[in-house]
Amino acid sequence: MRPPRRSLSGALPVWAEVALLPLVNIALAFIVVGLIVAIIGVDPFHALRLLVVGALGSSESIGYTLYYATNFTFTGLAVAVAFHAGLFNIGGEGQAYIGGLGCGLAVLALDRWLPAWLMIPIAIAAAALFGAAWAAVPAWLQAWRGSHIVITTIMFNFVASALMVYLMVNVLIAPGSMTPQSRTFAPSGRIPAMHDALQAIGITVAPSALNLSILLALACCVAVWVFLWHTPWGYALRTMGHNPEAAVYAGTSLRRMTMLAMCLSGALAGFVGVNELMGVHHRIVLDFPAGYGFAGIAVALMGRNHPLGIALAALLFGALQQGGAELAFEIPTITREMVVVIQGLIILFSGALAHLPRPWLQILFARRAS
Amino acid sequence: MQALTPAAAAIELRGIEKSFGSVHAVRGVSLRIEAGTITGIVGENGAGKSTLMSILYGLYRADAGEIWVDGRLVEMASPRDAIAHGIGMVHQHFMLIDTFTVLENMVLGAEGGVLLAGGLAAARAELARLARDYGLSVDPDARIADLSVGEQQRVEILKVLFRGARILILDEPSAVLTPQETDRLFRILQTLKERGVSVVLITHKLREIMAATDRVYVMRQGLVVVERRTADTNSEELAELMVGRKVHLDLDKAPTRWGEVLLRAEHLSLVDDRGVRLLDDVELELRAGEIVGIAGVTGNGQSELLQVLAGIRPPSGGQLTVCGHVLDAHHPGNPAQMRALGLAHVPEDRLRQGMVAAFEASETSILGYQDGPPFTRHYLLDGPAVGAHCARLMESFDVRPRSPALRSSNFSGGNQQKLVLAREIARKPKVLLVGQPTRGVDIGAIEFIHRELVKARDAGCAVLVVSVELDEILSLADRILVMFAGRIVGEVEPGRADERTLGLMMAGADAA
Amino acid sequence: MDEAFSFVFLMLASTLRVATPLVLCAMGGLFSEKGGIVDVGLEGKMLMAAFFAAATASVTGSAWAGVAAAIIAAEALALLHGLACITYRGNQVVSGVAINILAAGLTVVLGAAWFARGGQTPPLVGDQRLAPLFLPGAGDNILVYAALLSVPLTWWIIARTRFGLRLRAVGEMPLAVDAAGLSVAWLRYRAVLLCGLLAGLAGAYLSIGQNAGFSRDMTAGQGFIALAAIIFGKWRPLPALGACLIFGLLDAMAIRLQGVRVPGLGEVPVQLIQAMPYLLTMFLLAGFIGRAVAPKAAGVPYEKEH
Repeated sequence: MRPPRRSLSGALPVWAEVALLPLVNIALAFIVVGLIVAIIGVDPFHALRLLVVGALGSSESIGYTLYYATNFTFTGLAVAVAFHAGLFNIGGEGQAYIGGLGCGLAVLALDRWLPAWLMIPIAIAAAALFGAAWAAVPAWLQAWRGSHIVITTIMFNFVASALMVYLMVNVLIAPGSMTPQSRTFAPSGRIPAMHDALQAIGITVAPSALNLSILLALACCVAVWVFLWHTPWGYALRTMGHNPEAAVYAGTSLRRMTMLAMCLSGALAGFVGVNELMGVHHRIVLDFPAGYGFAGIAVALMGRNHPLGIALAALLFGALQQGGAELAFEIPTITREMVVVIQGLIILFSGALAHLPRPWLQILFARRAS
Repeated sequence: MQALTPAAAAIELRGIEKSFGSVHAVRGVSLRIEAGTITGIVGENGAGKSTLMSILYGLYRADAGEIWVDGRLVEMASPRDAIAHGIGMVHQHFMLIDTFTVLENMVLGAEGGVLLAGGLAAARAELARLARDYGLSVDPDARIADLSVGEQQRVEILKVLFRGARILILDEPSAVLTPQETDRLFRILQTLKERGVSVVLITHKLREIMAATDRVYVMRQGLVVVERRTADTNSEELAELMVGRKVHLDLDKAPTRWGEVLLRAEHLSLVDDRGVRLLDDVELELRAGEIVGIAGVTGNGQSELLQVLAGIRPPSGGQLTVCGHVLDAHHPGNPAQMRALGLAHVPEDRLRQGMVAAFEASETSILGYQDGPPFTRHYLLDGPAVGAHCARLMESFDVRPRSPALRSSNFSGGNQQKLVLAREIARKPKVLLVGQPTRGVDIGAIEFIHRELVKARDAGCAVLVVSVELDEILSLADRILVMFAGRIVGEVEPGRADERTLGLMMAGADAA
Repeated sequence: MDEAFSFVFLMLASTLRVATPLVLCAMGGLFSEKGGIVDVGLEGKMLMAAFFAAATASVTGSAWAGVAAAIIAAEALALLHGLACITYRGNQVVSGVAINILAAGLTVVLGAAWFARGGQTPPLVGDQRLAPLFLPGAGDNILVYAALLSVPLTWWIIARTRFGLRLRAVGEMPLAVDAAGLSVAWLRYRAVLLCGLLAGLAGAYLSIGQNAGFSRDMTAGQGFIALAAIIFGKWRPLPALGACLIFGLLDAMAIRLQGVRVPGLGEVPVQLIQAMPYLLTMFLLAGFIGRAVAPKAAGVPYEKEH
């Protein structure tokens, strides 16, 4: 099947560019998912129904959907901020991990002395700082030594993982514990669960992992939007991403801007640790980033790198994650890794194969025009 | 030699058309290349010469037109077809792989078998033969990266001959050569011609056309404007034909009121990573209230001069004084600092440097000025202020459509340029650098832009204009400096200069 | 003395065992990168191949059928990568990441659906696995030798054949290849397919050679270590082999050094040794150990007309 001889970058009407093409891409991804489900021997529409009910059918499932969406928002924003600067950060996984280490260390060090109103902001700042620091190294290597940020961020994911295993097994493990996890955080180092917080103002919802970190995620969406489109630094960052030569002309130092973009990106990814460790586990554990860093690429691609789009895409991914878990529970032949397949297909179709439908759409529009 | 016998044409192009998006690069060009001759194609940068030759070589496909080789209509779908028809091309940017040896580059695409050893041995023998026959010697085992540019070009020619080409196209072959290397190249071309090879020489250097060719075609704005036997013409005529954009603009200019020196360059030099001198001992003074025009053929250091003056590239040597501040190689300025000193810069290539195509016009209207008031207050960009600023610029410079929210890329070239110029003039700079003020701009906008530049000058701004359009320089400038090979080779008063003498100075024909 | 000899022998054997998939994968990646297509999807190809090898071997009872299935699976992903990167000029890194994630999910989804063992395949026995050829107990199955052979073969193809010359050219300067009248796309597709073939063998080795079945995420980053080995070997086959052996040795040491006190150093953290391939590669990339120069056109889609 040869694509028709048309330009892959040729223009489509604006609305088709902004809305239709991404929708066609997502639709293609879901058609392939449906095929895979059918291959396994499950009716795709039945599976879809179970998935939707599993994600949104009760206040508990909605809570979990939002809890997952919180993580996806952080990593999606992280990928997007770097992307606006023309940088591809695929180190979100490691930055989330080290960010978690940062907030965990802060809590372990201070939670017995500080009250929650002081402890929590400090721990959040520590998560941002550690995440940023972990992104700063590849950024520095790119800006000053010319090594490619894609490769170095990948490598740093593995280094982060090795470092965490070492620390958890040898240093941070709670005395007497058989599993590599730290001691439990004192209450001042925990972010309140949503059901408790709502209970306090008289609203009762089913308990879930959802906690007040989601407010941080929303704040980050707003902050990223303000930063990128309403500050001179965001303006310079986007200029660099679109046209580095124009950025130099405008007086921006590409090196410093690379550092800024990556540090912000790493800090955002680091907030996954806040949601997971301070919000849910209440201790430092292993492997909590669980692929959120990579999924952030799919979230950012689908959300078209805009905070609003990312929030919506994160909701979809959160629903998929939660619905997928329920689906796996209901139909034994489907596992929750189905969600990972969907993430992969979305990255494929709205990222690498984004131009696939373009020539066909162009023909469609050309035919309608003539 | 019989000039116009139809059967003798090695190549004939008929009605070739090519557009890139909205740019009409080649407009219905027809020309003939006679067998066993050297044909020159001359024209300014952007005249469509290289595009035309890329079509002939199958790198681009023509939108319309026919290509005839040896009297037969042929299809040039890819370079493979061109090679099969005996056409070889030496590109301006060499198609050589730096990490390969000379031999490896020669055999690429003509290896002569699945294994390399046999093909390389055969090529080695062939190379020795070519070296003998044409005096083209080069070390077959040297890596390209270790060769001089002149040697690399020889490899390109050898590559073409190795493939048995009978028609050789050279695109700006002397652009990267020293005069000695150029002389040597022309001797080689003569030898090739004597052995029956047809040569097409694309250049903008008139001296080379006069020295080397039998026939010459002059191209301008995608058209062939004239065809001559070289013996029947001279440099002066060609210079006029080549540069002439006959829109003579009579600007009402008040007499110059010279003010203080606002920008001074002393012994300014710039050397690139490869050791090539791009700027060589440039001396320049720019006074308040004057427009200095820099004339020159593209690629003689004008772009680099602008970049150094604007703080984008640090100089390698010499000293730069901008509004009283001294900058040199150890204390180079940066664009932000230069702006703070009161220098504004309209870059030569607005799409690559002066704007961000994907940005809204209002965002483009503050590029470089985004920090600090009036656009940034309390660390936040003041959106309404930016929009109002853009609307004001659009109003005063008649940018159409007047939509600050429209993507910058959706404006026409002229309107983009007016927006960029408006942005740079709005701050009432003390020094204004302008590169190619009217490139790709329609005639109405040209007049407007020229008047604005004169207005800025009358308001006491020191204006430096770099342009390849001679008439523009002639009508705008109070003083004209000519650049050639990274040096300022002469100063001319506009009243005493005409296009012909300037054209010759620019072409390096007479650096007096 | 005897103990020392057997220690060295065991270390060598286990180094080679660990290095085999790295070598196969690195040679595959080398073809792809030499041709200008960056492949961060080696991990995913290998994982998918490992799954289909074990699944097919377990169902058919034949290790050879498993190897064939592994190659087909890896080639399918390689073609997908080619389609995205060459035909549709997509971002090569995005495509590679997508392939990794897709493989990580799909292997478990299909495995769980077909075998109902939580993503694992049934344990393989007898002819379902590749048997050692000469040294029973050392695990020297045919793919170990194939890996060793793949290195000189890769070198020879890249350095000494017409295809190799064109491949190197297309990775450095596709425009020159186009100008020489050759097809950039077809050359790059062949590079990507060769990569798929070798990554497929690497995957088969993991699940039906080294191990007796597939388990989820069994590649555990080895595709990325292979990528690191390519960079560490500066895109040359023999040095890349050296890097794979060093990384294999580090891994073998990590297992043996667990809890052992090294005189003068104290207890070396196993995790440090495991992170060494990545750390060393970072140092190399930073220019602290010589300079690694990638093929110039790697990662850049070829666009003829702008």
